[in-house]
This record gives sequence, C-alpha cells and structure tokens, in this order.
Amino acid sequence: MDEPILKAQSLVKEYGGSTGARVLRGVDVSLRRGELAALIGPSGSGKSTLLNILGLLDRQTSGRLQVDGVSTSELDDDELTALRGNAIGFVFQFHHLLSAFTVLENVYMPHYVAVGHVDDAMMARARELLSRVGLADLQRRKASDLSGGQQQRVAIARAFMARPAVVLADEPTGNLDTETADEVFDVFRALNTEEGTALLVVTHDPRLADRCDRIVRIVDGLIVSDETGRSQGPCRACGYGPCLAESCLRSADIPRPLLRP
Amino acid sequence: MMPALTIALRFLKEGRQQTALIVIGAAVGVAVMVFLSALIDAVQRDLIDKTLGTQAHIVVKQRDEVARPLYEPRSAERLLRAIQQPPQRLRPILNAKTVLEQTRSTPDVQAASPVAIGAGFAVRGEARKAVAITGIEPQTYLGIIDLSVRLVRGSYRVGGSDALIGVELARQLGLSVGDKLRLLTTEKRTVVLNVTGVFDLENKDANERWVVLALAVAQNLLDIPGGVTEVDAVVANVFDAREVAAKVSRRTGLSAESWMDRNAQLLVALSSQDSSSKTIQFFVVLAVALGIASVLFVSVVQKSREIGILKAFGTSTRTVLRVFLLQGLIVGVVGSLLGCALGAGLSLLFRGAVVGPDGRPTLPIEVPAELLLGASVVAIASSVLAGYLPARRAARLDPAVVIRYG
Repeated sequence: MDEPILKAQSLVKEYGGSTGARVLRGVDVSLRRGELAALIGPSGSGKSTLLNILGLLDRQTSGRLQVDGVSTSELDDDELTALRGNAIGFVFQFHHLLSAFTVLENVYMPHYVAVGHVDDAMMARARELLSRVGLADLQRRKASDLSGGQQQRVAIARAFMARPAVVLADEPTGNLDTETADEVFDVFRALNTEEGTALLVVTHDPRLADRCDRIVRIVDGLIVSDETGRSQGPCRACGYGPCLAESCLRSADIPRPLLRP
Repeated sequence: MMPALTIALRFLKEGRQQTALIVIGAAVGVAVMVFLSALIDAVQRDLIDKTLGTQAHIVVKQRDEVARPLYEPRSAERLLRAIQQPPQRLRPILNAKTVLEQTRSTPDVQAASPVAIGAGFAVRGEARKAVAITGIEPQTYLGIIDLSVRLVRGSYRVGGSDALIGVELARQLGLSVGDKLRLLTTEKRTVVLNVTGVFDLENKDANERWVVLALAVAQNLLDIPGGVTEVDAVVANVFDAREVAAKVSRRTGLSAESWMDRNAQLLVALSSQDSSSKTIQFFVVLAVALGIASVLFVSVVQKSREIGILKAFGTSTRTVLRVFLLQGLIVGVVGSLLGCALGAGLSLLFRGAVVGPDGRPTLPIEVPAELLLGASVVAIASSVLAGYLPARRAARLDPAVVIRYG
C-alpha cells in the first residue's frame, strides 16, 4: 500500500497565457491508498484548481501527474474521461444530485451512463452503499425531496459507486450545520476505512481538517505545509489546531511563499 | 436500454411543458405537411381528371406537311426570300389497323382506339351549328373516354345511324333522344342521324360541338373511306404520357402528342402549385426545426449541472452528444406519429365536410401511406438536425466550470 494513487510533481497552472494569473506555482503532492487527507488554504490559494487537476477535470500547464500509475499528460480527452470514471469519485459542495432521478438512480446512474451497461451486481452495490450511508429506506424517493445532509450522503454513496481509488471532496460540509457535518464526515471516515479508498477533502472547517490523518496547506499556489498524524499541534500563532485564519497563515512561523516580481 | 436513451427520456419527462410544446409543434408541422400535400394532390388529380375527361392521353396523327425548299448546294447565299408553309390537308392514316396494333402493343399503353374527326354542320330546321364529326369504334372508345357513364339521357348506342350528342348541342337544336339530326359537311355530303343519347362531359366546348357517330359513317361523310384521322390512346400513369408518346411515335413513324403537350398551361399551373406547396412546407419544417432547436438549447442550459456531473463521473462527450440528439429524435418520432394522425384526420374531415350537391366529396382527398412516411422522415430528420447544435454545446460543457458555477 505504499505506491501513491495520486502523484503530482511540479504542477503549474496558468490562466490566460503569459500575462495571466499563475494559480499553481509548482505543487508536489502525493496521496497513498487509503489515506484521508485534508487540503486547506485561504480563498484563492489554488485549492479548487489543484483539486480539478488532480480529479482530471482540468489539465495542468506543466508538471507531471500520475493517477493509479498512469501518466495523464499522454492521454487524450476521451481517455482522460474514461480514467476519471474508473479511478476517481467526486463529492461537491452543493451535492449536485440529478433532480429528476430517485435516490437509488442517483447512486448508480452516473456510473451506468459512463460504462454503458448495468447489471445486478451494480444495483446490489448501489443498494449496499445506500444502506451504509443510512438511506436504505429512502432509495425510491426523489433526490430533491431529501434534506441537505441526506443529499450529501447520497452524493457520497455515488462517489464510491465505481470503487474509485480516490475520492475528491470539495467542501463537502460547506453548507451543512455542525452536527450534520459531523455525521457526513463519519460516513466518509467509515467508507474510507472499509473500502480502502483514499480521500482528499478540501475544507474551510478546522474541526473537520483536524479529524483527518494528514493536513496539506496551500497558500498562493504553493504547498506550505504537509503534516501527517494527529500531532501537528495547535497553530503556532493563535493556538488552535489547523488554523485557517489569514493572519495565521501569513504569520512568521510559516514560510511565506515568494510572490513573483 | 441504452444509457443515453434513459437520460434523454428522463430529461424530456422532467421538462414536461417544454416537451409537450415542442412535440405539439412538431405534430402541427407534420399535420400541415400531410394535409397540404393531400389537398394539393387532390386538387391536381381533380384538375387532371377534368381535363382528361374529354381528351385522350396520347393522340397519334399524320405528321404535319412541311415545305422543304431546295438550295444551291455550293452557295451559302439564301436563294429564297420566304418559305410558304403548306396548308395542312385532312390526311388520314390509311394503315389504321397496323398503327392501332403498334400503338396497343407499346408498353404502358392501356387502350387505343381509331377515330375519324372532321368539321361539319348539324342542321335542324333553320338552325345550323358548327360541330366536330367524331367517328368512333364504340367498344374500344370506352377505354379512351367512357361516354357511357357521362350520358344524361338515352343509352350508349353508336352504330348505323345512331349517334350521341352533347347536352349543349341538344339544347341549342332542341333535340332529345329519338329525334333526327342532319349532318352536313363542307363538301356537301350529308347524312341523317338518330339521336340515341345525350352526354355531359362537363366541358362546354365538347358539349356544344361533339357529335359522336359510328366510324364507318364518319369515314364516308369525311370522304376518307377506310382511313382514320387519329388513333387515341390511354396510358396507365398519366404522367408517363410524354415518354410513352415518344415511344409510340418511334414505332409508328407518325406524330404522337401527349396530353401534356396539348395542355402546357395546365402543366405550368400544376407545377407552380406544386412548388408553392413545397415552399410553404419547407418554411413550416424550418419553423418547427428552429422551435425544437431553441427549446433544446434552453434545456442544455437548464441541465448543464446534470451534464457536468455525468461528465465528471466519466460520461464521454459522445454520450452527451447522443443524449441531446436522441431528444430531438424522440420529439421527431412522437411529433410525426401525432402529426400523421392529425393530418390524416383533418384530410378526412375535409373530405366529409366539403361535398357537392350530390353528396359526393368535391375533392376526394386521399392520404396514402407514402405521404405519411415521407412527411415523417422529413420531420424526424429535421428534428435530429435541430438537436445537433444544442447537443454539441452540451457535449462541450466543461464539467469543472458548470459544477463550480452551475
């Protein structure tokens, strides 16, 4: 289990040619199988851009990315789409369920459409995932009838449907209350442990980040810290865990990335 | 079921009112195509029927005599100031039997009959009317123009001194069945006939001028014993008449004119009717296609998040393209089915509602299967085409962008 499932080397992302913004300025990060990592950073630091590139929704300007041992720069768009469908699951902030479909259909439909066929095993898998996220009784309901927390749990079940090697979650608890957020995170945790799927969670919630095995901090397009284990300790500036306050991230303790002239 | 079809159906089902509106739009378009085509077709068939009711499809005659002036072979200079064309004498076809056989055996010719026509006067008392002396072979002529069903009085008896006349001539000369009528030619030959029937061909000229009598009597009267002035023929498909006439002409060495050549104006009218109907149908189809395209464009915008999710989970660009093309296809198919039913219903309603005084439909509109099939194919093809631009736009959606910004 040592081989990294995601391996990024010197990822650079620029928008709008040479005069445009340089959103990622050389990111090295890798994720091993079964790992549960948080990606934190202030707004505009490049979190979402990094997540999109790692999730093969976007391409880097330069640098190398390997997903499940496959180097992505040589793949064309169709191959990238196929790899994304097989290896990566997504959970979005605004859960983005298919409103016309039932809860059960929401779990298996994206995978079914991607692979083009459905069988009993696939349906059984979808039902099992629904019961593991505690929604077995609601499988025939319309997705839009569920509460926010329930919808997010459906989205998590959907992300795990294809048995991806890694699930990327962008602010999965961003619009949930604290208690619901904890429940949703429990579901994540459980599936991460049971399925051995790596998880990378972008979050603004320090409590949530604190519950992860590893915290990767990104500021201004560079990774400024990457700490494993629960012992990362409180923020040296304010004393609270993985603090995200702008003033702390920019405090003297953390090497501040150099801005381009 | 194909996943793209599942998604397409679901998207259509979800946008209930939108879907209903475009399907109805497509149905109305197809109905207009079907009804308009059926109506124009019925009008044209009626016109052709009326025209051909008093005409043979093909008339075989002697070629016109032409003047062939002689030139000095080596001189380029024209020697003649003017060429006077010869007057066309009444030149009978003398080998009528052979010509008749040759005409009959030409492929696509259904019937052929010899006719001797010449000018004359119908005289009764003081009255004298210019008429067309029309000598026919009663049995075979039924295959050219069925006068027996056109009789308003009397019976179809032609032979010896028995003759038929038109209603208008009967009125003008005060004749009715059983009365005597004297025919007089410009050569002062004369014969007295017995009126056995009065016909109405729904054509004033024919009703006023035709005197139909036995071929032999007419031949004597016109002084062309054994000869005929023309051979009339009928073909299976009236629109093939021109080609068949050319074949007959080659076989017989005589001139063969089709009804199309003799009624050039009618043909021009028919073809301009045809093209105006096609133009209307084209714009109807265009309007329907634009409607479908715009509704699908709106649907792409409404469904962009869903499309983004599907693409994020590995759905290929091709499958997304297919989802929207299929929506166009489904709208086209359902619209065509409804439209065919609507168009056929409308046509039958029209036929039932617009009837003449005798209770028969004025225009016998027919809705053949080919018409329904043709309209459906056009509608379905344009629906799929209409779906193409929206589909391409959907396929090009960037999942990262639509997931983030909706």
